[in-house]
Amino acid sequence: MRYAIQASGLVKLYGKTRALDGVDLAVPQGRLLGVLGPNGAGKTTAVRILATLLRPDGGSASVGGFDVVDRAHEVRSMIGLTGQYAAVDEMLTGVENLMMIGRLLGLRRAEARLRAGELLDRFALADAGGRAAKTYSGGMRRRLDLAAGLVGRPQVLFLDEPTTGLDPRSRTELWDVVRGLMADGVTVLLTTQYLEEADRLADDIVVFDHGRVIASGTPDELKATTGARVLEVRPLRDDHLPLVSQVVADIIGAPPALTGGRAVASVRDPAAVPAVVRRLDDLGVVAAELTLRRSSLDEVFLALTGHPAEETAGTGTGTEIEKKGALA
Amino acid sequence: MTTATMTATTAPTRRVGPVAALTQTATLAWRSLVQIKHNPWELIDLGIQPIMLLLLFTYVFGGAISGSTGDYLQFALPGLLVQNALFYTLSTAVGLNTDITKGVFDRLRSLPIARTAPLSGRVVADTIKQAWAFALLVGFGMVLGFRVETSVLGVLGALALLVVVVLAMSWMSVLIGLRAANPEKVQMFAFSIMMPLTFTSSALVDPRTFPGWLRAWADLNPVTHLADAIRGLLIGGEVAAPALVALAWSAGFVVVFAPLAVRAFRGRA
Repeated sequence: MRYAIQASGLVKLYGKTRALDGVDLAVPQGRLLGVLGPNGAGKTTAVRILATLLRPDGGSASVGGFDVVDRAHEVRSMIGLTGQYAAVDEMLTGVENLMMIGRLLGLRRAEARLRAGELLDRFALADAGGRAAKTYSGGMRRRLDLAAGLVGRPQVLFLDEPTTGLDPRSRTELWDVVRGLMADGVTVLLTTQYLEEADRLADDIVVFDHGRVIASGTPDELKATTGARVLEVRPLRDDHLPLVSQVVADIIGAPPALTGGRAVASVRDPAAVPAVVRRLDDLGVVAAELTLRRSSLDEVFLALTGHPAEETAGTGTGTEIEKKGALA
Repeated sequence: MTTATMTATTAPTRRVGPVAALTQTATLAWRSLVQIKHNPWELIDLGIQPIMLLLLFTYVFGGAISGSTGDYLQFALPGLLVQNALFYTLSTAVGLNTDITKGVFDRLRSLPIARTAPLSGRVVADTIKQAWAFALLVGFGMVLGFRVETSVLGVLGALALLVVVVLAMSWMSVLIGLRAANPEKVQMFAFSIMMPLTFTSSALVDPRTFPGWLRAWADLNPVTHLADAIRGLLIGGEVAAPALVALAWSAGFVVVFAPLAVRAFRGRA
């Protein structure tokens, strides 16, 4: 198997903070690796090292077989980078932004113009191509930024939180673009805080926390790793919730989370459910809702990182987890 | 995940050739200049602040300082050229810092281009804008009654000297641009250096009127020597001595600030 991206034991220090603390990564050619983790987990640092923008303090990494430190020029020749901010020159038009990249990559003026036109068409920006980028909407800027990353037809693409701050529709559009690139055989490393994004796009996922990889696998494998199912009980009468909580705590040995009138707990022992039902029946508590389901990626993530979850906020198509107390 | 990984070769990385590096610098200079095409007013913007200062100094202070506005204009225009050029180095700092904070800098550095191109491209573009501002200010000054008492060669010499010294002093601006947290901080920080530096010199008034301690500083101030040399080149007077001191200062600026700026530049890498 050929790895387009490989890293072993990457370390990056900022003062006493270990932004990366021994990270191993391996992305086979043509696959999409989703890098999940809260803010400050080290995702962006890893991308910056792989994209030759930052030197690691320890470990090594290669892209397309070229060492990112010793053969940086070769690495730069084969990668595309789209960062957290839309890194486009706001004063230039869409066409000019892309032409500038093309010219820098050694295309002749006419070639650069042609390539710019192709990409603007592909990203539905053809009509806006003659306008200064500062007049673009957030979604349009991200698309232009992604287009700028593709001028050189990269074999390896780094997408660092490409949809952060985008509305659900723009996000879905960007997902389609990424799928199109994967169909072209491009290897992609995508960082995201959105679990749904990783779930939908990634072939493989690694979970970062505090500069380390704390879990890896396919989305399905990850969902299975905790081995847990999720039990949710909602009593018909709200004032029964403490009682339900007590019962669940007694049986599974840990207090459940209480949200939205429900007691929610992860369960490993299948016998726990009938036991809960019997106890509730004995106590005369009627459950309006009682479900046992597979863990969502969100819950896996929380189980893995062990951080208490902040309130999860629905964002139309997906849910995101905002974490407090994460490293800045 | 064990099977054969791609082996990293040990050959040294390819470098960007000098011709390619020049083309990349030109492309990035074009990037800064092409904005003028969209907004031709920028050409005027470049001149508005110095022209306003020129008008204010000439007509508000001119009479008080030199007894007549005409005499003062003749004295102050060369100084205003210097002051304006030094202030304009801030735009190099602000531009660099904006690129860094907006992520454009990272995008450029992720491309297989000469490492220096993002810096040199901007400096080339700013130098061209400097030359334009110089022409604008001299032209407007002439409309108000400024007379070049030397020759066209003198004017070109003044421009050349100004560009060389300003390029050297740009290293300080580059350092500020690379180090500052955001463009607003650049403005604030650089302004608080440039303002006193240009006012405590012979650029706008004769330092012989300063108190002794300030005069001692003014005699040392590189802006004094640069302003004196430019004045000599435009309206006659001593040139060689002040020009040499200004150039020596420039060399000093390069020696001190270039390595610091390069280090900051690498630190971003």
